[in-house]
Amino acid sequence: MRLLYFAWVRERVGVGEEEVSPPASVTTVAELVAWLAAASERHAAAFAEPARLRAAVDQAFVSLDASIAGAREVAIFPPVTGG
Amino acid sequence: MIRVAVSPAVIDVAAELEVLERDGAVASFTGLVRGDDGVATLELEHYPGATEAALERLAAAASARWSLTAATIVHRIGAMAPGERIVFVGTCAPHRCAALEACAYLIDRLKTDAPFWKRETVNGASRWVEARDGDGEAAARWE
Repeated sequence: MRLLYFAWVRERVGVGEEEVSPPASVTTVAELVAWLAAASERHAAAFAEPARLRAAVDQAFVSLDASIAGAREVAIFPPVTGG
Repeated sequence: MIRVAVSPAVIDVAAELEVLERDGAVASFTGLVRGDDGVATLELEHYPGATEAALERLAAAASARWSLTAATIVHRIGAMAPGERIVFVGTCAPHRCAALEACAYLIDRLKTDAPFWKRETVNGASRWVEARDGDGEAAARWE
């Protein structure tokens, strides 16, 4: 599974993208975020406030409780500020 | 006709308006970088691929809802200075009400539905711009 990070999430994690293989017990974006945070201090720092995180699964905006079953690409980022 | 562009190029409003002139009413919104609080530069990051798709979906939704003849969304990315154009939204319809309402819809929804992030530099220090609560409320009025 390909993970993408943007804005301050990208800066805190330290990379813009990475490949991961979460265990089968990780089924939602929120669980993925918790799994990543448990494994690395940088991810833990980036994901310290889940309420400030937004996500997209295969480029569609979703809530953090959305499923990641079969997802090829998951993006995690702050609330958007375009326009 | 839908036109979507996400690019570091300067936005040519006159050229964009000319492309839209296909029916009786053309409405547009142009957003410029504000120099509030000493902002010297603004940098726009986006989610390549997903951004263009989100803007295409918005333009298609507006075109269907207001029976538009044409809709254009152009958003700059990269670094820009106060006073520079950052976004252009334009609509064309047979009559003004549809063109004006669809134009307001597009800029309101773009603020919450398209993956862009602003980073501003003030007095040599840079920081990510926080989302505004008002943006969510403005977008929600079109539900």
